[in-house]
Amino acid sequence: MGEKVLMKGTEAIGEAAIRANCQCFFGYPITPQTELAAYLAKQMPKLNRVFVQAESEVAAINMIYGAAGTGARVMTSSSSPGISLMSEGISYIAGAELPCLIINIVRGGPGLGSIQPAQSDYFQATKGGGHGDYNMPVYAPSSIQEMVDLIQDAFDVADLYRTPCMMMGDGMLGQMMEPVEFVLRTPRAVPEKDWAATGLHGRAKHNVINSLYLDPQDMENHNIHLQEKFRRIRENEARYELFECDRDNDLMIVAYGTTARICKNVIRDAERDGIRLGLVRPITLWPFPTEAFEQTIDRTHFGYLTVEMSAGQMVEDVRLAVNGRQPVAFYGRMGGMVPHPKDILERVKQMIYQGVK
Amino acid sequence: MPITFTKPRGLTDAPTHYCPGCTHGIVHRLVAEVLEELGVLDKAIGVAPVGCSVLAFEYFACDVFEAAHGRAPAVATGVKRAKPDSVVFTYQGDGDLAAIGTAEIVHAATRGEKITTVFVNNAIYGMTGGQMAPTTLPGQVTETSPYGRDTNIAGFPIRVSEMISTLDGAAYVERVSVDSVKNVLKAKMAIKRAFECQIEGIGFSLVEVLSICPTNWGLSPQESMDWLRDHMLPYYPLGVKKDKTKESE
Repeated sequence: MGEKVLMKGTEAIGEAAIRANCQCFFGYPITPQTELAAYLAKQMPKLNRVFVQAESEVAAINMIYGAAGTGARVMTSSSSPGISLMSEGISYIAGAELPCLIINIVRGGPGLGSIQPAQSDYFQATKGGGHGDYNMPVYAPSSIQEMVDLIQDAFDVADLYRTPCMMMGDGMLGQMMEPVEFVLRTPRAVPEKDWAATGLHGRAKHNVINSLYLDPQDMENHNIHLQEKFRRIRENEARYELFECDRDNDLMIVAYGTTARICKNVIRDAERDGIRLGLVRPITLWPFPTEAFEQTIDRTHFGYLTVEMSAGQMVEDVRLAVNGRQPVAFYGRMGGMVPHPKDILERVKQMIYQGVK
Repeated sequence: MPITFTKPRGLTDAPTHYCPGCTHGIVHRLVAEVLEELGVLDKAIGVAPVGCSVLAFEYFACDVFEAAHGRAPAVATGVKRAKPDSVVFTYQGDGDLAAIGTAEIVHAATRGEKITTVFVNNAIYGMTGGQMAPTTLPGQVTETSPYGRDTNIAGFPIRVSEMISTLDGAAYVERVSVDSVKNVLKAKMAIKRAFECQIEGIGFSLVEVLSICPTNWGLSPQESMDWLRDHMLPYYPLGVKKDKTKESE
């Protein structure tokens, strides 16, 4: 057992990345994740590793493209408007199949939006914010400890599948402090990066990092290869937590991240009113854990209630997973407002007592 | 018969897609010769742009990245920081470097990234079919300046070498031309000097190469060389704009 330390979410990400052997960080300041860059600016030089403050998010993600292409383990971090700017680069990284980790501490939008916690970038993260047919694994921890634990896993998945991965938190997770323990985990076996552009050093064939295929048949073949990879990720890397789901419930709540923590309180509060609730908590947003719904579909009387800090984004994936077999309702707050347990419970009661969908 | 002239080891055998009379072939060759002569081909990593030389990754016989439009200096920054012992260069055109990629080139230069940029300026967007570039001369007719570039509407051409030379991180900046044998030889000297500047760790280096685009200028290769001399040289004077390599001697 390691030692528990009290850390701010953003700083804990930095420490976890260092311990996961992240060699380079490139970033650009944006609230509410800037403390992460400040932490790494302090720590990385001491370890003889790379920290560069880029001139923009556009430059930062292209520095990631360059450093990842040499085979180094690399990370960047931003928040919603910055991720929009990075989306071009993320598409190139997905196309050229480069492993990297992108931290996204989501804030309210659209536009410049607010700096308060939000989950309104679910579509951008899971459906591909950039152009072209691609997906990337998206992790949505609900505590700082879980975020820390997932950092190394996300780096390993990135290397294993040659894919960008995103760690998606919200302003709440980024800014709050919690005790965390850095547990040394056994890394997954990842293949050697013989594709990396490192300089020839005697190698006969030159390595090219590229996403351009001018011949449409070559481009389709590359897409077929990518889709095959995405299928493997969907089959093997989906993660979720089921909370109070091993019983027959009146209703199942579906929520992730900070919202899921709030909903756990709602479940306790509901028991006092004689209402039995379960929680389906996706830990990966892509691949979406459809298996969690197969396990709970027969154990809910009134169906599912999806709770998000958005106008209703993940709820579309819940409906696809449930596929009409149960009612799926939605409750959300927007623009940086955090749902209150009382209001969520009120929505639960509406569904149960008044049949409101 | 003894073989007296061969392709440099720095170029692959892939046939290039460049138009007849295009000078990209000359500039590719100069870069490849320099990498070979400096003995750094084995640790060279190139970054290709978007534009006519987008397929440069098929022509250079070293490891190469294909970057997004304008982002080559940021990509090269990532490469060099992750692999400081490598010799990193970007190869960019004027649309790529001086329009969409202006922020990236300026900041790579001002950070003093130990990379070398070969900047090919032919005063026009070639690959997309001859549109006005940031380097298009006043009065020059292109697809998107059909009445000639009107500086009241479209502003003025950017003198990239002069602009970059004002930055403290830029260690070596020179503008050359490939319009004659003599100037081609001078261009090679400049490119060599720029790579030496990187290898010695002095700072950022850039060589601007004035080039021709017969296809989109609507001129023969010979007429294009004349046009370069008559119109480009007065606006874009050749010469060394910055040289920190001497200061460090």
